[in-house]
Amino acid sequence: MASLSGLYQDLILDHNRAPQNFRRMEDANRRAEGINPLCGDRLTVWLKMEDGIIRDVAFQGSGCAISKASASLMTGAVKGKTRAEAEALVERFRSLVTGSLQKDQTESLGKLVAFSGLSEFPIRVKCASLSWHALRAALDEPDAVVSTE
Amino acid sequence: MRGAAGQRGNRAVLAERIGSESAIAAPRPSRPAVPLDVERVRTDFPILQQTIRGKPLVYLDNAATSQKPRVVIDSMARFYAAENANIHRGVHHLSERATEAYDRVREQVARFINASSTREIIFTRGTTEGINLVAQSYGRTHLKPGDDIIITAMEHHSNIVPWQLLCEQTGAVLRAAPISDTGELDVEGYEQLLGDRTRLVAVVHVSNALGTINPIKRLVALAHERGIPVLVDGAQAAPHLRVDMQDLDCDFFVFSGHKVYGPTGVGVLYGREALLEQMPPYQGGGDMIATVTLQRSTWAPLPAKFEAGTPAIAGVIGLGSALEYVDKLGLDKIAAWEDELLGYATESVSQIEGVRLIGTARKKAGVLGFVMEGVHPHDIGTILDDEGIAIRAGHHCAQPVMERLGVPATARASFAFYNTFAEVDALANGLLTVKKMFA
Repeated sequence: MASLSGLYQDLILDHNRAPQNFRRMEDANRRAEGINPLCGDRLTVWLKMEDGIIRDVAFQGSGCAISKASASLMTGAVKGKTRAEAEALVERFRSLVTGSLQKDQTESLGKLVAFSGLSEFPIRVKCASLSWHALRAALDEPDAVVSTE
Repeated sequence: MRGAAGQRGNRAVLAERIGSESAIAAPRPSRPAVPLDVERVRTDFPILQQTIRGKPLVYLDNAATSQKPRVVIDSMARFYAAENANIHRGVHHLSERATEAYDRVREQVARFINASSTREIIFTRGTTEGINLVAQSYGRTHLKPGDDIIITAMEHHSNIVPWQLLCEQTGAVLRAAPISDTGELDVEGYEQLLGDRTRLVAVVHVSNALGTINPIKRLVALAHERGIPVLVDGAQAAPHLRVDMQDLDCDFFVFSGHKVYGPTGVGVLYGREALLEQMPPYQGGGDMIATVTLQRSTWAPLPAKFEAGTPAIAGVIGLGSALEYVDKLGLDKIAAWEDELLGYATESVSQIEGVRLIGTARKKAGVLGFVMEGVHPHDIGTILDDEGIAIRAGHHCAQPVMERLGVPATARASFAFYNTFAEVDALANGLLTVKKMFA
């Protein structure tokens, strides 16, 4: 059965209250806007890529606790990663929130496992995915707009 | 219709405090002033009898769609089980019965909104199709580059986008009358927009996001003084207010069946006969023609001219049952009960610290929009859902309204006559749970 406390874990509530890397990045060389047309939420992800490595990442925007915490934890998880590593993480995160990740693979996700409760709330999967969609788009092209729909 | 003065006036009625189980200290009328036996009425709605995750369903998303009384469900099932046939075609018994049943609902709708004639009642798929029909049929034949269409800043997307499409096709310009911070239309601002080039006004009767009741009669009169026809989006008005075409004097009025306790997929366009007469068909097909040759066709008289193809026959029959149900209950009684509910909900919810109401017009119907400090409406929606309480969270298909009022989204509780004071308490208590969780 879907559990509310499984969805709103303390880590998620904490990151909603005080998101990390929640700022504009003036010297970014990649930028993508993520839009969820269903709820009107939008956020921007900035990347500073150097030699194929994400040197810095930041985000700003409005959204629910799930989307904000997900973006916050995303920035922490991909900083310092190569493009390929980040893309692999996008895929694993997607599997996690849709409930298709094997148990033994969850460890590699670190703190992100806090979002495992989402698979019980399919309506909210898009909230958690918004910043990751934007990240993926920013890795692909310098200035992108993506939608969850 | 709730006025600010009315709210305070009702406090006398709301004198008696209910037991301590309610965490909210808003006074609740022990004996509501409106004689509506809500507990009995609720038994007419099968869907309301269920529990969600072990808790009784508290359905407060009526502005999205209303629930259906058993008579509506039964009449549609009966039609399919015993009367199903296509209309206006067959010479056989069933087709005759189906045609009769379908046409009877048209008479019923004409009475329900006090139209002059059944020729003024067009069945559509819903409000959206009704507006698109007027935009494409009336709009494309009457608008030229540089002409104006006037809407307001509180419209639903369905009363914005069809006009934007029309503007792209004709070179006309869409302008929106301003609204105040409380969500009231600025009537003076509206009047200033009406000009020599204004060809049409399209305005919402009751705002789906804010609950504001617009002064339609006045808006129509101001437009008519300048010879401008007016379309009224009545999607949220029809379930809550008595609407009278002769009294409102508008030229077009559209509403949806599913918001007046009928099925989805069916709606009504009222149009002044003289206007409908001169308008070209919206869609071509069966049922809307008089004669067809391979070279050209002639149109059927009203209302068939605007009903191409096989319509939602069972849906129309369900709509007929819904309107009959509403009529029996009495729209005045419904409006009065919902007014008390909204007044009580307004007091209960606004007392919660950190909650701010969005949409506080003096005259409102059915809708309580709000935001909570530090909590996104979606999270409110999910946590309330865990309590079995259904509300809507988001932009309510009214993004320009959200932008105007400076909020990305709101939470919205919307009421119907089958809602109770206890359900308002459940909402308020649920909001306290939200607050605790996000504290």
